[in-house]
Amino acid sequence: MTAIQSPPPRQDRPRLRTDPSGSWRAWPLRDRILLGLCWAAGLFLIFVAAAITLYMAFKGIQFLRPNLLWTRPEAAIDQSKSGGFLDPMLGTLLIIVGALAIAAPLGIATAVWLTEYGKPTWLARMVESGVEVIAGTPAIVLALFGLAFFSQGGLGFLSTTGEGGAVFGRSLLICCTVLSLEALPMIVGATREGLMSTPRHVREASYALGKTRAATIHRVLLPTARPNIATGCALGMGRVAGDTAVVLLLGGGTLQLAANGSIPGLNTLQGTGSTLTTYVYANSPSGEGGAPEKAYAAAFLLLLLVLALNWAVDRIARGDGRLGWIR
Amino acid sequence: MSWWSDRRVGPALGSAGVLVLLIIAGMAVYVTKEAWPSFSANGLAWFGSGGDANVQLAEIFRSAPPFEYTLRAWPLVYGTALAAGGAVVAGLVLSILAALYIVAFAPPSITRILEPVVRLLAGVPSVIYGLIGVLVLVPFVNDHLISTERKESVFYVIQLTGQSLLIATALLTIMIVPIMISIAVDALRSVPSSWTEGALALGANRMRVMWTIGLRASRPALVAGAVLALARALGEAIMLAMVSGGVIFSPNLLDGPTFFFEPIQPFAAAIVQGAEGITVKPFGSTLFAFAAVIMVSSVGLSITGSVVRRRLRKFAA
Repeated sequence: MTAIQSPPPRQDRPRLRTDPSGSWRAWPLRDRILLGLCWAAGLFLIFVAAAITLYMAFKGIQFLRPNLLWTRPEAAIDQSKSGGFLDPMLGTLLIIVGALAIAAPLGIATAVWLTEYGKPTWLARMVESGVEVIAGTPAIVLALFGLAFFSQGGLGFLSTTGEGGAVFGRSLLICCTVLSLEALPMIVGATREGLMSTPRHVREASYALGKTRAATIHRVLLPTARPNIATGCALGMGRVAGDTAVVLLLGGGTLQLAANGSIPGLNTLQGTGSTLTTYVYANSPSGEGGAPEKAYAAAFLLLLLVLALNWAVDRIARGDGRLGWIR
Repeated sequence: MSWWSDRRVGPALGSAGVLVLLIIAGMAVYVTKEAWPSFSANGLAWFGSGGDANVQLAEIFRSAPPFEYTLRAWPLVYGTALAAGGAVVAGLVLSILAALYIVAFAPPSITRILEPVVRLLAGVPSVIYGLIGVLVLVPFVNDHLISTERKESVFYVIQLTGQSLLIATALLTIMIVPIMISIAVDALRSVPSSWTEGALALGANRMRVMWTIGLRASRPALVAGAVLALARALGEAIMLAMVSGGVIFSPNLLDGPTFFFEPIQPFAAAIVQGAEGITVKPFGSTLFAFAAVIMVSSVGLSITGSVVRRRLRKFAA
């Protein structure tokens, strides 16, 4: 009676069975369902990517004929006479090179100024958000801005012009200028990342050797950041190569590269043209061409280009393999 | 030594930064200036509904010098909101699950595949998504998912061709999901391991740990990702122009499941559809007004997104 009674066995809630090895078999049902959904999401993404790549590869190999690569596109109802996509391929190359030639100096300069100088602070902060704003601006808005800006009379030397001094604001050069804005944020971002990850003592060692600030940037910091700059450029190139909206609105709408002006070389830039993306668009049911086979073939090439750029980014990021020299 | 002198380098580099700001200012000024006639002629009614936007646009295109600007752009606002909103909601679910999978549950071999896969999905040009949409998905939906009775049930309002809200939203989801995944993965990976290990030590299983601690700690990043993805979705033009048909239409929720098979026309797609006529004065001004709406909303969204992200960086443990 007086003895201390042992307490009655408590009615514990059934404990979650947690296995130290963390096997999902021991998890409660809701967690197992969530795990299943996670697997489904991951595999779904792989499935989508594989489906797109394989389907485009299948269609591309089915429809890509060598003569498509070196014949120029012609306006013809009969698809056997409408030619291939030599000009769009050249256009894509031209636009990648042109846009990068504008975006790389501007982007690298901006990034170096932001990380190495950054004074006055308010201005640096504004530039920083400015780059983010450009990154967030859709291509179609940039295209319309380019159209409005370059249609002004004084800038007629850059673009195709009509009779009586009408400036159309359309040329490959203008495409390059506007597309460089798309590549800019990626180059700025990647370069800044590289500069910020360079340790302080590297800079200090350079100053201690009597180098000026400019020489330090030129000789020490930019070479250190080279892989990052290369990554940024490759990403920017992918963005430029894949853009349709800008070239559709500002490229002038001719499938052939139509020179405009008298100076050889420059007149191609001043003229109109197309890229692989606008060629695909024009030959899809949405455009006028209605030649899906050619659209597939050109889209396959475009996808190969994107895959190659992706692979380059991957290789640079890992810093090994054949692109290792960039480090 | 003369040009590359130390004193000049700072200002020279700084001028590149100032140029970036000037470009943005120029963009705001030029787009707004061109869009102004359309907005000032309609007032706030521009965003309202009334009449048939297709007819209004045709009138604007045809109008002679006392220009006609009357437009009620509600169907376009609605179409943009439906496609972008739907894609962000679907993308949020998909990206959270996929990010959890990549961070916590995928075997290393699959993670090694998934990372390039996500980058590839982000890199595929929108015209390829559009091409697959219009040549593969649209015929499939038209042949197999829309029955003849369904077509007849809405025959007097709209012709169902397979170019639909469903396809637009699905493709848009695939296009915006990579950016959401990469932001979510970064956030989940930066959750302090002491938190997750503490929870594991208390007996929670790995799914509970990721769900209650990982996701909760990375909520700001998820919001930032969704906001940035929404900005992306608002501006997507080519793919939507290819798969959403050439008709401006407001899908009606009262139609039941047919709702998903009705076509939409977002702002960006409308610009692409009308690109040929942009030199016609009042019509061009209307297109610039569309662009101004996209510009203001997506710039606002991307600033919000980056502010949220910067907050996150500041308070990261």
